[in-house]
Amino acid sequence: MAEEILKVDHLNKYYGDWQALHDINFSLNKGEVVTLLGPSGSGKSTLIRTLNGLEPFRSGEIYFHGKKVEPSPKEWQELRQKIGMVFQSYDLFPNLTVLENILLAPTKVQKRPREEVKKEALELLERVHLTEQANAYPRELSGGQKQRIAIVRALAMHPELMLFDEVTASLDPEMVRGVLEIIKELADRDHMTMIIVTHEMNFAAKIADKVLFLENGRILEETAGKEFFDHPQTKRAAEFLSSMEF
Amino acid sequence: MNWEVIQQSIPSFVKGFQLTLWLSFVGIVGSLVVGVLVSLVRYFKIPIISKILGAYVEVGRNTPLLIQLFFLYYGFPVLGMKLSAEASGIIGLIFLGGAYMAEGFAGGFNGINKSQIDAGLALGMNQWELARYVVLPQGLALSVPALSANVIFLIKETSIFSVIAIPELTNTALDLIGMYYRSNEYLLVLVIAYAIILIPLILFLDWLERRVRYGSFGN
Amino acid sequence: MAHSGISVLLEGSNFSRLMGGLWTSVWIAVVSLLIGLVLGTVLGLLRTMKNRLIRFILWLYLEFFRIVPTIVLLFLVYYILPRQFKIDLPATWMAVLAFALWVAAEFSDIVRGALESVPKHQRESGLALGLSSWQLFRYVLLPQAFQLELPATINLATRVIKTTSLLMTISIMDVINVGQQIIEANNQTHPTGVFWVYGLIFILYFVVDYPLSLWAKRLTAKQNY
Repeated sequence: MAEEILKVDHLNKYYGDWQALHDINFSLNKGEVVTLLGPSGSGKSTLIRTLNGLEPFRSGEIYFHGKKVEPSPKEWQELRQKIGMVFQSYDLFPNLTVLENILLAPTKVQKRPREEVKKEALELLERVHLTEQANAYPRELSGGQKQRIAIVRALAMHPELMLFDEVTASLDPEMVRGVLEIIKELADRDHMTMIIVTHEMNFAAKIADKVLFLENGRILEETAGKEFFDHPQTKRAAEFLSSMEF
Repeated sequence: MNWEVIQQSIPSFVKGFQLTLWLSFVGIVGSLVVGVLVSLVRYFKIPIISKILGAYVEVGRNTPLLIQLFFLYYGFPVLGMKLSAEASGIIGLIFLGGAYMAEGFAGGFNGINKSQIDAGLALGMNQWELARYVVLPQGLALSVPALSANVIFLIKETSIFSVIAIPELTNTALDLIGMYYRSNEYLLVLVIAYAIILIPLILFLDWLERRVRYGSFGN
Repeated sequence: MAHSGISVLLEGSNFSRLMGGLWTSVWIAVVSLLIGLVLGTVLGLLRTMKNRLIRFILWLYLEFFRIVPTIVLLFLVYYILPRQFKIDLPATWMAVLAFALWVAAEFSDIVRGALESVPKHQRESGLALGLSSWQLFRYVLLPQAFQLELPATINLATRVIKTTSLLMTISIMDVINVGQQIIEANNQTHPTGVFWVYGLIFILYFVVDYPLSLWAKRLTAKQNY
């Protein structure tokens, strides 16, 4: 049996009176890659942000390793150390160098020894081909470089699950590939468990074990990765896929 | 204009100058401490205290220093709390300045992109770590322009100490005018004295603003 | 007992005298603001012009007011006008003069800042539509700049109101001066009156100023949204 990392059960989320997520159910096994697809405003980003407590929810449950998450600030704070997240806007801390950005949370939040984390950080930087930028400030980097650093920053926490929220949406087209390759490598080489919100259909087709197709805050279909792109089950998903082509 | 009159007044003005500098320094440091504490409590919405401090900020910012001083210096002794003029002045200035500085810091903290806070949270930071590593360093940099405007403002406000007979610059000038009836000379020296304090300070703060902005955000 | 002093506020005509003093303060604030805003708009416009000499002179003018404390401004007008220029105005008008010049300086900076922060492409699309520079100013720049400068202008008004507390220093019968007289007249019978009179004036200033600063804050929040 595969080990279940995350399970979402009858999750509902509201902004005031408006319901943003309707009865969301899915689960995620260790090593599995799920992509969330759907038109803008379908609730993909809201859902992924709810999964590490950046957005509160009204009802339903989230289970992490089979244990129900009590949505308190304290519990989320503990959990987030095991759930890495990368954002569309990179959000490196502008006042810190690349290396300081990476070391901050492992040394200050997890209280791991600085030398150990630094060694690991340098290895990770080498992996994303940015060793030379270790002492640069974020303002000196391109968008693609910043996003690769943001991924390293999250990985340095030793996450069990990675969340990627439209991480290539702000990048110039020629920068996109480098970032996606790193995520692909995380799947292939490290068997990282990941949830990915993206608009890059070719990338999603290559990487997804499973696709959740969302519209208006509902999961319209949940289909195995390859299957979804070849034979979507719903008419809406088929329309969506064809709208993404030329 | 009589140069001899000016020359003879210089020793008195030097004393007033020193007192203005000293009172400003204490008032500004005190205001910064009060301001940063108040704004952090309010930023993290610590229950009850946050509301009380919110009321303090509004009262401090929306009442004149002069009446705050009168209340402290003349009104409080009636309640059995007698304060010296200088103590009233400093307490009043910190009461006023703390409220202004709190607003200045708050502007900086609220100017931080929400996504930066999300990034800190996503890295598993608790409230304290978030304050220490994300909110303070970036918020402080963003609040420098407002804070430096407040610094200038507070130094100028010390002139109001003259009404409770603290012998700072303005009071020195008024005393001299009262004694010798030479307003042109003494007012000229007074304006020059403020210029000597404020012009270099304004230049320094402008430079600091640019430096901090570049150091933190690179533009 | 402290509470016995509170009756001083209501004795005889004391309360209406305090209100009369408040009216003097508000009146001076309003008149100086009106004059200062008109003058400041003109100066602000001049500061966006290319002429270096004009800009330099106006910059000096602004810096003077940035450096000299308002209480000193009052004394400058109060002592120098009659003695140096033999101009004998009532003290209230001297205060209006000092405040209006100060407001004009501050407001010219607000106007300049607002005009310059109207996005460049707005100016360009106005010109591209064939507007004359006056039409551009009248229909594009001014309305947008007005929006931008409103909160800062309200904040300036709250500062002017607070600064009226200094009027007593040049012997104007403002609310504080009236308060002092009441305290002195009743010192024998109501020794704690001083606490209540200054307390009331404290509250009066807050009541006048707070709604304005709340309004400015709301406007700013709306603009940032």
